[in-house]
Amino acid sequence: MSTQAPTVDGTSDAVTPPGPSGPTGRRAGRDPGRGPVRPGTLVKIALMAVVNALGVFGILAAWREGSTGILVSMVALVAVADWVYFSRRSLPMKYILPGLAFLLVYQVYVVAYTGFVAFTNYGDGHNSTKEHAVEALLVQNERRVEGSASYPLTVVERGGQLGFAVVEDDEALVGTADQPLTPADGATVEDGRVTQVPDATVLSRPEVLARQAEVTQLRVPVSEDPNDGSVRTQDARTGFVSTPSLTWDPEADTMTDVTTGTVYRATSDGWFRSDDGDRLNVGWRVMVGFDNFRTAFGDERYAGPFLRILVWTFAFAIGSVVSTFLLGLFLAITFNDTRLRGRKIYRTLLIFPYAIPGFLAALLWSGLLNRSFGFVNQVLLGGAAVPWLTDPWLAKLSVLGVNLWLGFPYMFLICTGALQSLPSDVLEAAKVDGASAMRTWRSVTLPLLLVATAPLLISSFAFNFNNFTLIYMLTGGGPRFADASVPLGHTDILISMVYSVSGLDGTAAKNYGLASALSIVIFVIVATISAITFKRTKQFEEIS
Amino acid sequence: MRRSIPAAAVALGLALTLTACGGSSDDTSGGSTPGTTAGGGSSDGLVVWVDETRQEAVAKAAEAFETENDVDVELVLKNFEDIRADFLAQVPTGEGPDVTVGAHDWLGELTTNGVVAPIELGDKTADFEDVAVQAFTQDGQVYGLPYAIENIALIRNTALAPTAPATWDEAVAAGQAAGTKYPFLIQTSTEGDPYTFYPLQTSFGAPVFAQNDDGSYTADLAMGGEPGQAFATWLQAQGAAGVLSTDITYDIAVEAFKNGESPFIVGGPWMLEQFAGLDLAIDPVPAAGPQPAQPFVGVQGFYVSAQSDKALLANDFLVNYLATDEAQLALYEAGSRPPALKSAAEQASADPITAGFAAVGAEAVPMPSIPEMGSVWAFWGVTEANIISGQADPVASWDKMIADIQGAIGS
Repeated sequence: MSTQAPTVDGTSDAVTPPGPSGPTGRRAGRDPGRGPVRPGTLVKIALMAVVNALGVFGILAAWREGSTGILVSMVALVAVADWVYFSRRSLPMKYILPGLAFLLVYQVYVVAYTGFVAFTNYGDGHNSTKEHAVEALLVQNERRVEGSASYPLTVVERGGQLGFAVVEDDEALVGTADQPLTPADGATVEDGRVTQVPDATVLSRPEVLARQAEVTQLRVPVSEDPNDGSVRTQDARTGFVSTPSLTWDPEADTMTDVTTGTVYRATSDGWFRSDDGDRLNVGWRVMVGFDNFRTAFGDERYAGPFLRILVWTFAFAIGSVVSTFLLGLFLAITFNDTRLRGRKIYRTLLIFPYAIPGFLAALLWSGLLNRSFGFVNQVLLGGAAVPWLTDPWLAKLSVLGVNLWLGFPYMFLICTGALQSLPSDVLEAAKVDGASAMRTWRSVTLPLLLVATAPLLISSFAFNFNNFTLIYMLTGGGPRFADASVPLGHTDILISMVYSVSGLDGTAAKNYGLASALSIVIFVIVATISAITFKRTKQFEEIS
Repeated sequence: MRRSIPAAAVALGLALTLTACGGSSDDTSGGSTPGTTAGGGSSDGLVVWVDETRQEAVAKAAEAFETENDVDVELVLKNFEDIRADFLAQVPTGEGPDVTVGAHDWLGELTTNGVVAPIELGDKTADFEDVAVQAFTQDGQVYGLPYAIENIALIRNTALAPTAPATWDEAVAAGQAAGTKYPFLIQTSTEGDPYTFYPLQTSFGAPVFAQNDDGSYTADLAMGGEPGQAFATWLQAQGAAGVLSTDITYDIAVEAFKNGESPFIVGGPWMLEQFAGLDLAIDPVPAAGPQPAQPFVGVQGFYVSAQSDKALLANDFLVNYLATDEAQLALYEAGSRPPALKSAAEQASADPITAGFAAVGAEAVPMPSIPEMGSVWAFWGVTEANIISGQADPVASWDKMIADIQGAIGS
């Protein structure tokens, strides 16, 4: 009990009102055979109750929305959480489960879904299912008959069938899907609209709204000849005559253009294509195998820029890690010297760049570095027009410089921490052995420091490899390659290239499949490098 | 046991997150009537996506609709920039809205992806400005209910330039005579701004795509060849003379005009709020070439989702409640763009500024809404900027741009 954290005690007090005589009184109130109920247990029950309540709420919400995926995973997670925390045999899982659950939801699911999309043609033109594509094509190709009038329309029901009553030249006509429009004798017309039909009931507005899907689907033929078209309505107030120009044959899986007779067949790449190569403009999502990966490396317009961007991405990521680490380390060593006064103030000041959100800082810097109006040129350089962001090499330098400014406080922090935790006996031993300061630093301090910081350097590399925010906000990838035929630039890194190639920036048709395929390629690169480097860092550990 | 407490807290966070996922989709499909949604994927009401500017005006129109039809209209507030992508992504899942506010140049993308349904305007077609209906027409079908027309024009500070310039050279001369810091302001930036530069380009007879007789665009690039090269050469000359500069961004241009540093700026109604204290006149953009300068017209309107299960309500709401003078004028008050409905536009034209923009818009061309347009922007702007800054040879880089765009369209 003495090891309980104060907050836990506080909470448990709230759950169990303290008895008049303290702990002993509380214990006396319980079943003596089962031993004391520890406050921790009560807290656990309370917390699990909250987890379950939220879980059930989530399950109900998912049920209501019909989101099967979320529903199933929520049920599974809640069930597993209950089993793990109330079973006596699942001790290790008690520690692992929360992390595992987060890993599943935020990492595994995302990676798996990206992997799935990479093998589909999801993108512009292939936005949804085949069913939706067919629907869209039919609705887009149902044309109002040219020059036809629009009719004031009333929705009626005759013999259990929906129908339309329209007024043409003051005459009431009634028809259903099976019966073409025929004059209805004895129908009442008020204000140019049918209000009563002898053998049918006129539906009220709420009744129409309740069956609106049926009403919008209903087509009442104008005459026995289907070429005359049929009446339909979009607002249940006005009807107009239309004819379909495409017909769908689900058996043969074909679309036929009624006016030209052209037959469009569904193909395996998610389009309706005719024999002479034309295709209809709406497609659907299908699995395309490795096509996206082939496109990613097969388009010769991208071959040149891709290599240059790959080289720059590595240069940028490595350069950023090395420069921020060296500056951070230098400052950490400097401010670690006990002879320096006001170290705490300096240290606090140095963390400032780290405290400003990265995207905001990048935007600020892009303003500061503007060629004609930027603070750097105008004030610091006395009106010089240095093209910081528009010259290929200076832009790269600016990107690295801004990232150094953004990144060194982090390295400064971790190096300070690592330096302060160096074992003093080793350093003393070096001193006793008569090693020079330089020698001590190179052979003792640095290796020990790298053991502590190497994993962070690797993660920093992985982060900068995909540092989309900085590039997007600072230069937008510019200045453009003058000799390339794709909208990519000298400071584009792989991830910003993906953004552009896949059309997410609006410069090309969107292609989520291609974007996912390229993301996976980047993932493989970063994962491989990280794995190799982690293996290498084991050598440092052997030194210590 | 102690360690199970943070563990449980983490599990709790996870449950909250998952619930939030479920909850957020709930918001878009029927949050207003939680009591009636059990068992179904959607509510009884009509779900409309609007942006902040339009929200109040649409809400007013919805009130009458709600009482007369005894249904709920749920307005979901979205960022205008997010609507296009979200609509494309959510309509197929069934979580999308029934109606959304949008711009006409999305049309190509929306129809290619099959997420938008045609609207039959019927006899009301004639009540709208021709350019507005034309902009929402594709292949003979109308897909949106237009409510506002927007275009750029020349905004003139009458204190600095008392008369409207007829040509570019006159404008620059008048600007220099005014003795202000900039003779003429037009937003350029290092990425270029082909939208704002378009009237100058059309004055050389180089429209972006060829137009059919009915005004619709074909996918044939028309800005290549001699007219385009002439425009490129002119850009370089103006850049060298210092009249055009890639340093002028939107913010810098607006700020300078506001401070009286130039008599002219090319811009749209969205700038006017910033120029509150100035005495302004709206003129056509002065032609730099031999032909009239025609800016792009953007038309804003409402789309109906192809997957809406309340298509009847949606169409009724748009055609019979938003195509009215009151609704269109309310939208005009909110967004200060001239209304698309003729009768409402006449009333709005009582304001000389609105009338000025509308007069320029009447001579303008709709911005192409064909999907190929997406491939043009990225090359177009940067090429113009590079020519203006003198980094690129005008004719060679213009020709390369045409080839690159054709490559991008063909891919």
